[in-house]
Amino acid sequence: MAQVEFWQGNKAIAMGAVAAGCRFFGGYPITPSTEIMEVMSEELPRLGGKFVQMEDEIGGIAATIGASIAGLKSMTGSSGPGISLKQELLGYAYIAEIPIVVADVQRGGPSTGLPTKVSQADVMQAKWGTHGDHGTIAYAPSSIQECYEITVKAFNMAERFRQPVLVMADEIIGHMREKIVIPEPGTYEIVDRKKPTVCPEEFIPYKADDDDIPPMAAFGDGYRWHVTGLTSNDWGFPTNEADEIDKKANRIIRKVDRFRDDIVEFKEESMDDAEVVVVSYGSVSRSALRAIRELRLEGVKVGHFRPITLWPFPDKEIAELSKRVKHIIVPELNAGQMVNEVERAVAGRCEVHRKNLINGELYKPDHIMSFIKEVA
Amino acid sequence: MPREDVKKLLRTKFMPHIWCPGCGHGIIMHAILRALADLKIPQDQICISSGIGCSSRMPGYIDACTLHTAHGRSLAFATGVKMANPGLTIVNVMGDGDGTAIGGNHFIHACRRNIGITAVVMNNNIYGMTGGQASPTTPEGAFASTAPYGAVDPTFDICKLAEGAGATFVARATVAQPAMCEQILKKAILHQKKGFAVVEIVSFCHTQFGRKNKRSRPMDNFNFLKDNSVMKAKADTMTAEELKGKIIIGEFVNIEDAREYTERYDEVIARAQKA
Amino acid sequence: MAKKFDIDIFSKWCKGCGLCIAICPKKVLELSEQVKSVPVRPDDCIGCHQCDNVCPDMAITVKERD
Repeated sequence: MAQVEFWQGNKAIAMGAVAAGCRFFGGYPITPSTEIMEVMSEELPRLGGKFVQMEDEIGGIAATIGASIAGLKSMTGSSGPGISLKQELLGYAYIAEIPIVVADVQRGGPSTGLPTKVSQADVMQAKWGTHGDHGTIAYAPSSIQECYEITVKAFNMAERFRQPVLVMADEIIGHMREKIVIPEPGTYEIVDRKKPTVCPEEFIPYKADDDDIPPMAAFGDGYRWHVTGLTSNDWGFPTNEADEIDKKANRIIRKVDRFRDDIVEFKEESMDDAEVVVVSYGSVSRSALRAIRELRLEGVKVGHFRPITLWPFPDKEIAELSKRVKHIIVPELNAGQMVNEVERAVAGRCEVHRKNLINGELYKPDHIMSFIKEVA
Repeated sequence: MPREDVKKLLRTKFMPHIWCPGCGHGIIMHAILRALADLKIPQDQICISSGIGCSSRMPGYIDACTLHTAHGRSLAFATGVKMANPGLTIVNVMGDGDGTAIGGNHFIHACRRNIGITAVVMNNNIYGMTGGQASPTTPEGAFASTAPYGAVDPTFDICKLAEGAGATFVARATVAQPAMCEQILKKAILHQKKGFAVVEIVSFCHTQFGRKNKRSRPMDNFNFLKDNSVMKAKADTMTAEELKGKIIIGEFVNIEDAREYTERYDEVIARAQKA
Repeated sequence: MAKKFDIDIFSKWCKGCGLCIAICPKKVLELSEQVKSVPVRPDDCIGCHQCDNVCPDMAITVKERD
């Protein structure tokens, strides 16, 4: 019989990680994501895994990267201010190509901002927070079920693409409790990082396969290699040669870009004849769906488009739907972040309405209904 | 060329190294390699980690599992590596600024955890790579590019800091005692089974520090360190006044029955699995 | 008879810093015109390895003569 639980989003993220094979967590307490590390401190040692409460946010991601280099599927978690602190080392994991999963349970900012209140403040810092360019993979779950399943997927993507993957819940999703049906092990995919197939003497640590992703050895398993945050060549050693820099800098963008269609996920509802579309994600999408379902009963031709991957952003799909609809409403719990991507994709083909709330409250279905009625 | 077993630990294709002629950091790398070679630690099981700075270029030259991390963060990375694979012998090298300024928090907490890592602080009293700015160990009154009128900040005593934070092996030598460096490093590497070992090796930067402080040649610095080093046993008999400006060398802490962090975490695992 | 030693200096790695020359108790080494350390009085070497240990560039090997 299926295991049914009544879990908090943060717990579902932690349990999803464990199910994905995560065996290391390094973190630092921060509201509203702390429960993830609390659950990890309990679950990991049961499975022979390791948990360490580090001295600060930077230490949390550093230890996580270190454990991944030594071969464990590894995770850290935080919220806005902590993610800001982790940005340099997120960049490290991008350039050194170390798979890690980072849970970001978003709260209001800037700075300490609103520790206990919901926000979608980190959409842009997830993509642009660290300096330099890289491919980005970031998911926004909108239910407890999704917290679990998306975290499994995030590990799969991190391991496949050898880079950080973000699970971007928000305070509501992280702290809300609802029913979750635990998927049976074996019913979902688990991806492990590619290991080298050559002997240590022939191992070129950053020589990519045809998919632009190099196999990864673990420290201690017989391969001696160098990991650095400096831009390096195929051998992993620092380079100042323009052609080598060019190769590396572009590969860590391209390896995600070229598989964009494999990664991008979204969910549509009532889109067939929709003239108005609400594009929303995370907790806001729950209010939006309620609003849309009620207005559909009144005969309003409104649909919903929910990006599940915030990055890569489903721009092609938004561009397509902009040809069919008259209005796109983008309610966000920030001053307008994802809407910029929507506008870019729409390119003037229909009207885009920015709706923004930054007072720490959640958009209620009534709010969204009124936005729809303004244009429908 | 060094002796064969030391040479084996070098990525010789990158030699000669990046450090200035006469740099104390080369003396430290040489001592670390002799210690590792003497202890016959399997090369694949050695991890050399570092932060950023002159000191932190060292891992690139060593043929092992090498990890050049971000400024100040090496010990936090190394903590993850050690927890994931406690069988690795980790020598974490860092500079004085790297280890005690930007990385000061990781340093004291690695001491507190007593995790099995050998931390070598290569103290040259300056930020060398960025051009000679004052560090937490630049002596008061000494000149640096950010202390043109003499450093005003009091300094850290790295060994006392480590001892106070709970490191279970703490020792100091200077590069003017290369054989002593090697001996202390060997003990500190063996101590990994018992916990966190800190070795402060007082190095020098004649290029950035010496130039501004009347010690511009390598030998001026070497002699300065030699002349001002006092063995701990002798220092114990001297007054504070007599010890002013002296560098006390030797072993300060060596807790033989200390319990290493990953071993203690194994007990957490046992408790969790029993529950 | 006292033991004899050979001092091998790998000039490609030697940066001519002079530490080995200064530390040698027997004045075996000198700086060449090419600014490299060279053993000029190898027969005086007592095999103390101080030059070898102090060399930041790992350019020196001291071996007992066969």
